[in-house]
Amino acid sequence: MRRGFRFWGLVPAWVLMLGTLLIPLMIVAIVSVAQRGAYGGFEWAFTLEPYRQILFSVGWTDELEFDPKYLFVIGRTLVLAGATTLICMMLALPVAYVIATRTPRMKTVLIYLVTLPFWVSMIVRVYAWLIILGNDGFVGRIWHALGGQGTLLFTPGAMLVGMVYSYIPLMVLPVFAAIEKLDPALLEAGGDLYASRWTTARRVILPLTWPGLAAGSILVFVPALGTVLEPMLLGGGKQMMMGTLIQTQFGSARNWPFGAAIALVLMVMVVIVLVLNARRAMRKEARS
Amino acid sequence: MRRGEAVEVFNVSKMFGTYQALDQVSFTIKENEFFTLLGPSGCGKTTLLRMIAGFERPSEGSISLFGAEIASLPPHKRHVNTVFQSYALFPHMSLEQNIAFGLENLGWAKAKRQARVAEMLELVHMSDFAKRRPDQLSGGQRQRIALARALAPEPQVLLLDEPLSALDLKLRQAMRDELRALQRKTGITFVFVTHDQDEALDMSDRICVLGQGQIQQIGTPSDIYEEPQNRFVADFIGATNFLEAEVVSLNGDQAQIRTALGLEFTAAQKGVQGPGAATMSLRPEKIGLEEQASGNVFTGTIRSRNYMGGFTHYAVETAGITLQVSRRNALSHAESYDIGREVKLGFRDESVRVLGQ
Repeated sequence: MRRGFRFWGLVPAWVLMLGTLLIPLMIVAIVSVAQRGAYGGFEWAFTLEPYRQILFSVGWTDELEFDPKYLFVIGRTLVLAGATTLICMMLALPVAYVIATRTPRMKTVLIYLVTLPFWVSMIVRVYAWLIILGNDGFVGRIWHALGGQGTLLFTPGAMLVGMVYSYIPLMVLPVFAAIEKLDPALLEAGGDLYASRWTTARRVILPLTWPGLAAGSILVFVPALGTVLEPMLLGGGKQMMMGTLIQTQFGSARNWPFGAAIALVLMVMVVIVLVLNARRAMRKEARS
Repeated sequence: MRRGEAVEVFNVSKMFGTYQALDQVSFTIKENEFFTLLGPSGCGKTTLLRMIAGFERPSEGSISLFGAEIASLPPHKRHVNTVFQSYALFPHMSLEQNIAFGLENLGWAKAKRQARVAEMLELVHMSDFAKRRPDQLSGGQRQRIALARALAPEPQVLLLDEPLSALDLKLRQAMRDELRALQRKTGITFVFVTHDQDEALDMSDRICVLGQGQIQQIGTPSDIYEEPQNRFVADFIGATNFLEAEVVSLNGDQAQIRTALGLEFTAAQKGVQGPGAATMSLRPEKIGLEEQASGNVFTGTIRSRNYMGGFTHYAVETAGITLQVSRRNALSHAESYDIGREVKLGFRDESVRVLGQ
């Protein structure tokens, strides 16, 4: 009976994994080595052409030329996602600390407020930044009043602002959980042993909230790698990122195999990040 | 050599919202003293300790450390260290690193630091554990490291916040002796917070009994036990019998007493304003039974008996009053009195304290 349940009980999970993860993933993998269809879609014929396209373009006389334009897209994606993660960390630490040190009632309210933006559509929220940063927007006007030129929109900076805004709750929550678990006496012990607030933050709070920061970094970095909305709206489509690149290939560029190839590259990058994190966690486990 | 004043607490009050945790508390702690703050939970003893450490600020009043006002200084600017109730060892650091932490922040040179860490580990018999982490230690070992960490920076005063409460009974007794020895050896002023009267009586040079945010009495352990100044102290420290009595006349600190038992005698008094109703305190071990009954003698009936090993506790009823009597089982076959038996009881005048209300 129990054995049976153990097997059958897992069936929904298996169906979910197979149906929504493995099979679609295999389809993407197959498409990435297929021939491009004339009007989108693909044709059944094996080729490594889509992967070739990532690094090389075809010159006038059919010779292959190294072309780093997609490498720049990958690089930009990594830099922006990395910067988003770092900024989220720096902002989330003090926010989470302040929340964690409030009264239980206040904590509940503040945590609720942190998650509140999730109740509004992501498109609407990113769109709001389009207005805020625009020339007639709140921040745009301040920018001009301070003597700024041109527009803040459609720059990597605008995308970064949007990404940090979108993903910061995913950093605040795990960091908050880590700080809340700290014995308050540890912070007092820091002060008691002649550490200034800053030293206590650096030598006591920071190392002990690492697990929370690591979890938050994964939660922010991974979706930030594949983000589409911010580059589209706030980057004005001028700043191509992997997410928008994939979307364009399946959409207007009608190059499904290339889109699938980029998608797999993105996935490999995510897997590398996850494996590195898992190894770090395992090392830590082994040490204690 | 005259002992200096290590800590002076003057007129300190503390409000938490509308709750008055401490009300105009003043006392001084002498250098090299083992000073205990004793009281039930919520009496303000921990708040007082935390104010000396710098984790709380007094709402009113001043605190000075060897003559220097410190009430407004942050914790890291006060040369005092704390042994926390939960020990609060840094879990991500080895024991060595834990002990060195304070020294690093004080800017000690590396060689001096290492020597001090080794010395401290030696002091608490933990030299073999230097590289371990706190989660690999037992409760007693953590306690020792917490002590070593707090003593390493050579604090002017060491604060101990119920450090023994997390240990099991046997270990607690051993740690008491160790703490006391450590205090004598280092000569550092210890301020010890506890709700455990046995600990306080056993270890302290002086005890400050706190109750309801106020000082109830300050004195040596025997002062506190033998000469409680009020009902709170007599009740909190040890067991006692409270008897309603009438003060017939007063002569300085001696009072002529008439009790409900029909006895009349003279006893030491504290805080009695004049003739009238009063309460007297009579410790259970000061009442003699049968052949040990002397002084004011009367009779009663045994109502209950609890054999405690070294002692037997009896409840003896007389004239409608039940008295707790404690009898030491000095001889291996000391006579035991059965329930219902009529016995002779007696106490000496000097065993009685008459307390003001």
